[in-house]
Amino acid sequence: MNESTNRTAGLRRLTRNPMFWGVIAIAVLLLLNLIKDPGYLAISVNPANGHLVGNLIDILRASAPVLMISLGMALVIATGGIDLSVGSIMAVAGATSMVFLKDAGSDPGSAFAALGLSLGLAAVLGFVNGALVAFVGLQPFISTLVMMLAGRGLAKVITGGQNTNAENGTFRWIANGYAIGIPVVFVLAILVVILVGFVVRRSALGLMVEAIGINPKASRMAGVKPRGILLAVYTLSGLLAGVAGTFAVSTVMTVDVSRTGYQLELDAILAVVIGGTALTGGKFSINGAVVGALLIATLNKTVLFLGISSSATPAFKAIVIVVLCLAQSERVRAWFVRRKQRSAESGPLPQTALLKLDRDRQEAGA
Amino acid sequence: MSGTMNAQATRPAGLTGLAKTAASFRRAATTNLAILPTIASVVIFVAMVVFGEVAYGRIVQVSTVSNLLINNAHLIVLAVGLTFVILTGGIDLSVGAIVAISSLSGVKLAQAGWPPALAILAMIGIGALFGLVSGILIQHFKVQPFIATLATMFLGRGLASLLSTQPERLSDESGVLWLATKWKVIDGPKVNDFIVTPGLLLAVVIVLLALFVLHRTRTGRTVYAIGGSESSAALMGLPVGRTKLLVYVISGTLAGVASVIYTARLGTAQNITGIGWELDAIAATVIGGTLLTGGFGYVLGSVVGALVLGLMTVLITRDGGIPPEMTTIITGGILLVFVLLQRVVTRARH
Repeated sequence: MNESTNRTAGLRRLTRNPMFWGVIAIAVLLLLNLIKDPGYLAISVNPANGHLVGNLIDILRASAPVLMISLGMALVIATGGIDLSVGSIMAVAGATSMVFLKDAGSDPGSAFAALGLSLGLAAVLGFVNGALVAFVGLQPFISTLVMMLAGRGLAKVITGGQNTNAENGTFRWIANGYAIGIPVVFVLAILVVILVGFVVRRSALGLMVEAIGINPKASRMAGVKPRGILLAVYTLSGLLAGVAGTFAVSTVMTVDVSRTGYQLELDAILAVVIGGTALTGGKFSINGAVVGALLIATLNKTVLFLGISSSATPAFKAIVIVVLCLAQSERVRAWFVRRKQRSAESGPLPQTALLKLDRDRQEAGA
Repeated sequence: MSGTMNAQATRPAGLTGLAKTAASFRRAATTNLAILPTIASVVIFVAMVVFGEVAYGRIVQVSTVSNLLINNAHLIVLAVGLTFVILTGGIDLSVGAIVAISSLSGVKLAQAGWPPALAILAMIGIGALFGLVSGILIQHFKVQPFIATLATMFLGRGLASLLSTQPERLSDESGVLWLATKWKVIDGPKVNDFIVTPGLLLAVVIVLLALFVLHRTRTGRTVYAIGGSESSAALMGLPVGRTKLLVYVISGTLAGVASVIYTARLGTAQNITGIGWELDAIAATVIGGTLLTGGFGYVLGSVVGALVLGLMTVLITRDGGIPPEMTTIITGGILLVFVLLQRVVTRARH
């Protein structure tokens, strides 16, 4: 009996962790694919060049841009803000690099110059967001909403309204190359995640970010300088959106000014919320954001694979967001707590039944 | 006791109407800095008209005025809806997407042979339904307004893309197009006519209705009170929850009306209709002097704001040297300037 209560406590802790549900959702989606095509999960090695080939590898590759913007979004949301401009900044960064590479040569030098230029511009746009939020005191959603629409306009101005493509082997390698058999783009994304995670969690920075999200006034009184941190967080979010933008365009070496990064802010918000970062701020989980981004990539791929119209995905994601928001809301939680109490009050039988159910579920999971 | 108070209150009514209005304007301008943005928007509108007339000519003429009104009737309606929401301190990002889904469904229904009146009602109903969903999420489940309406925005856009990704045309004899019939009011020389359409008249009726509701009814006062301080409004016993739900329903419904006016004028609908209109509507409202923090603003200010944006498009087209892609950047810039102005004004007040 004692052992079983321990076990259920552990299980409850596990089920409370939002990441657990993210992983379950990924597993369910993969299972769906597996039902349609039993060979879906197979990963083979291309004998000619040693690259890993398979649907899972494709998902990893596709998840890289979402990973980047979710990482930035997690930090921004933790401060109690929001960054609606990530998709547009992706388009700006993509447009900048493509227009630059179109005129520049196809040598590696110009690839790095294009990277530097587009990332720099993206960081500047993020900096503008941060300055508006931190120093002017604008509501985050207004300043980033302006940036979301103005950024899309900027991308169009940069390319002259045309979809622009370019050729550059080095730049193309970012998205299509392989390092030790794994797509370079995923390796880069994971490296960035580890770097940011290390800086944020191994220093007091993450704590300060969360402190601002919990109570800006109290954190200022405790000696946290919110302005510098807000500025840094929004700039980082812009920079990461720039990275995502170069990832996205380097796959096809074309920027589509009205489609690149379009509606990806929703993906980022969704990934972050799935990962257990509350939209009210004050808490973030980088691992959670990674799981969320992987889930989004799996979902996109599954929708395509199952032959559902890809234009339906935004509606579907919106519904998921609504459900998650409802799950986070006090009213629904209170309702669940009441239900649980009522079932606990109604005698020993239902409770043991619940325990049994938990045990069954755990065994099924194991 | 209340009798003497009434007597005191009615005494200033002895002044002539004009002097009273002038006095109240002066009082408002000197005691309430928050009216400054509204005055600024009127000044900017006049300045733009003067600049346009001097630089490009043919701005101050009836045909330009009627075109400006007809082409921006939908934006005026959207801005009126957003005024309600922003006055309570909320935001509605879903209006552009609501226009897309409601306009596409309306055209599809009309194509399927629904009578025009029913199709129009369905379009408005879809808008109201989306507004209701946002309102319930925000009021009942305490989701932040911009998250809830962002979700309904993507929902609307996604459903619209599900319906069709091609431009859908109304048949030429469809009754919906009646709303865009051109009625000549003043028959000027050459093409210089003053024209109104039923759609424009509908927009005018909506502005008048909104004026009445906001300034002459209990609901309107509650809207302002919520924006001033939600908890105070609740403590005063005002129906905060019901009113908050109502403003999002109003905004959604008016987005449906805007889509009716726009679809009738254009005769087509597409899933990408109305991208960025939420920014236009927010900009129109903010330029018109409604504080983003809520509690202060005027419907007529939002109308002026919408006309400023419309006139800006006219001037950009007349100029010809500015690429049309710049429009969103300029709109964003103007919005930012006005939000900054609001910050200065509200800081000065405290």
